[in-house]
Amino acid sequence: MKSQPKSLSNLFNIHIRKIYHSQGSVMIEIENLTKKFDSLTAVDTLSLHVNEGEVFGFLGPNGAGKTTTVRMLCCLISKTSGNARISGYEIGNKEDSLKIRKIIGLVPDNVGLSEHLSAYDNLDFYGKIYDLTNDQRKESIQRFLEMLGLWEKRNVSVGTFSKGMKQKLAIARALIHDPQVLFLDEPTSNLDPEAAKTVRDFILELKKQKKTIFLNTHNLDEAQRICDRIGILNTNLLTTGTPEDLELAVRSRRTVIELEQVTDEVLKSLQKLSLTNLTVESNKIMFDTSDLDKKIWTVVAAIVLAGGHVNIVNVVGSTLEDVYLKLVGENK
Amino acid sequence: MRLSKAWLIAVRDFKIFGHQKNLWYALIIFPVIISVLFPIVIQYAINREPGLPAARIPSILDSFSIFLIIGASFVPLGIASYSIVGEKVEKSLEPLLATPLTDGEILLGKTISAFLPTLVAMYTGAAVFMVGIDAVTYPILGYYYYPNWTIGVLLLILMPVAIIMSVEFSVIISSRVNDVRSASNFGILMFFPFLAIYLASQIGIITLDIDTLLIISGIIFVVDVILFFVSTAMFRREEILTKWK
Ligand SMILES: Nc1ncnc2c1ncn2[C@@H]1O[C@H](COP(=O)(O)OP(=O)(O)O)[C@@H](O)[C@H]1O
Ligand SMILES: [Mg+2]
Repeated sequence: MKSQPKSLSNLFNIHIRKIYHSQGSVMIEIENLTKKFDSLTAVDTLSLHVNEGEVFGFLGPNGAGKTTTVRMLCCLISKTSGNARISGYEIGNKEDSLKIRKIIGLVPDNVGLSEHLSAYDNLDFYGKIYDLTNDQRKESIQRFLEMLGLWEKRNVSVGTFSKGMKQKLAIARALIHDPQVLFLDEPTSNLDPEAAKTVRDFILELKKQKKTIFLNTHNLDEAQRICDRIGILNTNLLTTGTPEDLELAVRSRRTVIELEQVTDEVLKSLQKLSLTNLTVESNKIMFDTSDLDKKIWTVVAAIVLAGGHVNIVNVVGSTLEDVYLKLVGENK
Repeated sequence: MRLSKAWLIAVRDFKIFGHQKNLWYALIIFPVIISVLFPIVIQYAINREPGLPAARIPSILDSFSIFLIIGASFVPLGIASYSIVGEKVEKSLEPLLATPLTDGEILLGKTISAFLPTLVAMYTGAAVFMVGIDAVTYPILGYYYYPNWTIGVLLLILMPVAIIMSVEFSVIISSRVNDVRSASNFGILMFFPFLAIYLASQIGIITLDIDTLLIISGIIFVVDVILFFVSTAMFRREEILTKWK
């Protein structure tokens, strides 16, 4: 009988969560958030939101203001103006700040583990700060350390761990109290590719568990592979969207068709098709393609009908990288 | 402010200190010097010709005992600076500041983590000191000089407040400087008030009796309270993260 209320409330919780999730409730809401260091504006009128269960990639070059934003959201530094709410709590409000700190987990850019303590003690200390019971701590520390393959090394000083291990341990530390939002500040930036991959896999694992994650990164590939949505920041927010959206937004795919020879007949028939930005370069013709439509095959057919000989058809796509470089470049 | 949370920080610091040999040296050397050297010096003075007159022994011992306080204010300097500067070096304060701990809890934790080991070390040293002195002076005095009320007040009241003053002083200094050494160097300043007390007692301006010790303790206690407020006022999260480089 004793377990009944507990399981009922569990059901209830799950139910509530599902409803919220299907409605995409907003976890982080930022409106015109600005931070000035004396005369330098580090973050300028930033507005965005992150939904519950979403992995949001905050992408920008060094000095873009990513760390500053996360520190404001974690109530570590003050804002200059604007507003932000985490799960409804207002940053900058003293009482709300304490509530926010209870429901967030932060992995700063420097992992900040105690090198002289063991992996277990590092996690245990944080578990105690958040008032987890002995059993809860034991259970979740073991779960995390096993997940990270560190259970055997639980009593070894963290100072001896590899950078990738430390990074993952720091993420586990930030998750020990099962926070509603996890902030990760460039978790792979100091890692070799292999270690970076294991950290990314860990983040993907968390994504499967529907954790809300705010991920700072300057690595495009990472943002593209991990995140549901991306915001590109360079002091100002340049754009937000899904990785696919962003590619489409500035997409300027060009089709390149290499012929044996570009004859006058071929050119004439192509001109009838009113292609955008048609250019000819020795034996290649190039034109913009808004999306991978059937036009390419119309063009190829026209070339063949005009007696042309098609060697290679190639679509040179703009990638997220192009979008990023273009936006960040324009903003300089 | 929740004492239990401050205690968590102190316990974590104790575990970290356990790995730092030089902190152990700091804890051990001064108490050993006082507890072993002083009885030897007294023994030497007694054995010398002409021997130390029994009537002078109590006043010599009372002024010696102020060195226990000087020691107590030196010993925690290294530990206290390390506990703050060490966090800076490991950058471990940022995740800590992102937890629901308050500034007061963190600072109280840091104060306890330097205070307790010092108190234990100094009490151990003082116990050995008293036994040693009793051993060498009993034959002349005909009674055991220690324990007595004066040393009781000195150890149980003056020493704790003196240690706390020293700890808070170094916590404040450490939050302004970046390495343990320069933090400890500032701590030398702690030497002067107690040196002044010692000299004043030698010249005869004050006698280190119970009343004087209680008054000095009272003054230091007020200083402790002021320093704690100064340290919390100076412990600004924003500065710690953006200026503590
Ligand atoms: N404490 C500070 N004082 C002055 N300027 C700062 C401070 N912290 C960051 N900045 C500046 O703010 C800008 C944004 O920094 P940051 O948020 O660290 O960028 P990111 O994390 O995207 O690399 C940079 O120009 C940086 O030099
Ligand atoms: Mg950064």
